[in-house]
Amino acid sequence: MSIMSYNGGTVIAMAGKECVCVGSDLRIGEQMTTIATNQKKIYKVADKIYLGLGGFHSDTQTVLNTVQFRKSLYELRENRKIKPKVVATMVSNLLYQHRFGPYFTEPLVAGLDPITNEPYICGMDTIGCIAAPRDFVAVGTGQEYLLGVCEGFWRENMGPDELFEATSQALLSGLERDAASGWGAVVYTITKDRVNMKTIKARMD
Amino acid sequence: MGDSHYGFSLTTFSPSGKLMQIEYALNAVKNGQPSVGLRAKDGVVLATENKSSALHEDQPKVEKISKHIGCVYSGMGPDYRILVKRARKIAAEYELMYGEEIPTTQLVTKLAAVMQEYTQSGGVRPFGVSLLIAGWDDEPGRPLLFQCDPSGAYFAWKATALGKNDVNAKTFLEKRFSENLELDDGIHTALLTLRESFDVGMTEDNVEIGICNKNGFQRLTKQQIKDHLGAL
Repeated sequence: MSIMSYNGGTVIAMAGKECVCVGSDLRIGEQMTTIATNQKKIYKVADKIYLGLGGFHSDTQTVLNTVQFRKSLYELRENRKIKPKVVATMVSNLLYQHRFGPYFTEPLVAGLDPITNEPYICGMDTIGCIAAPRDFVAVGTGQEYLLGVCEGFWRENMGPDELFEATSQALLSGLERDAASGWGAVVYTITKDRVNMKTIKARMD
Repeated sequence: MGDSHYGFSLTTFSPSGKLMQIEYALNAVKNGQPSVGLRAKDGVVLATENKSSALHEDQPKVEKISKHIGCVYSGMGPDYRILVKRARKIAAEYELMYGEEIPTTQLVTKLAAVMQEYTQSGGVRPFGVSLLIAGWDDEPGRPLLFQCDPSGAYFAWKATALGKNDVNAKTFLEKRFSENLELDDGIHTALLTLRESFDVGMTEDNVEIGICNKNGFQRLTKQQIKDHLGAL
């Protein structure tokens, strides 16, 4: 079995009008054994920027620590708020610098520009190749199931409530099909003046 | 060991608290060809004398570092080219690392750190140049002008002058400068200031101008310079 699906877990992000949504499941396992059912895979990097990390959990933590450290240093040095696109480039570079001994994690960046509030979402592979579509991205073991469902749920210019609904429904449907993800979900809705976190119950098996 | 001892070691303070090599580097700048920098409302102007001769090819003094940053110098040409090379490298590395152009303040800070390093390292001497760095700050959308000295000290200016006659030029700028100059008026004022330290007539062959606004940094062509000189 691949190291990428050793712990399981799925993350999704969708972009709407002046808002983005990012959600993940809560399961962490060791192959078929579920270890815990309260492991979010989304982490706060800045006020309106969140980083989702799928893949091998321990590499995920290492990448997260490094990114948070570099982001703090960036903001101190430049005396300004970091932009989501800069976070993405930073993560991408970190991953590519480990091209021949990669971190086994696929990150996803979702957030709003700290000044213009322009939504930004992107996903990347283990060596940092960025894909920044305007609609949705998914990473993790349930990626393929989710991308299919998203295709049906995503609409142009969704507001925060509509976007939350679409993201949650897509995530829940995706989780039904993926045995390595599940045990409930968490969804962050990022708008220009607040970030809303909701936990969702799913099939708890 | 006489007084002169302090003049040789880069890192030994003289009893009066000075580092003589840095003082000498500043003298090299003071003897260099004059350059002027001026911040207008919507852009920055860099202007300098570039003595030309019928015998050698033109060597530009105003150089572009990145899309919105450019610089000029007074002092030693060879030292300047090392710094331009380093500045471009710093700018390009930043752009690769973060996916956006380096902010002017960051470039100035990093370049000043390089210049400082040359005042404390073994086997080297300080740079014999002062730089004027013009840039555009994208976030509030405003022009920036910095001066970078051989010691590694740097300053943000509204308008300033380097090289021969810099004191007179600065006095002249103090009288002529105004906060709400447009870029074209800025070029005019910069040229007037530069003329103060010229001992020959200004032509498009011995003056160089660089401008920086929201569209980026560019060197003016000979024709453009001729037009501006004609309006003096």
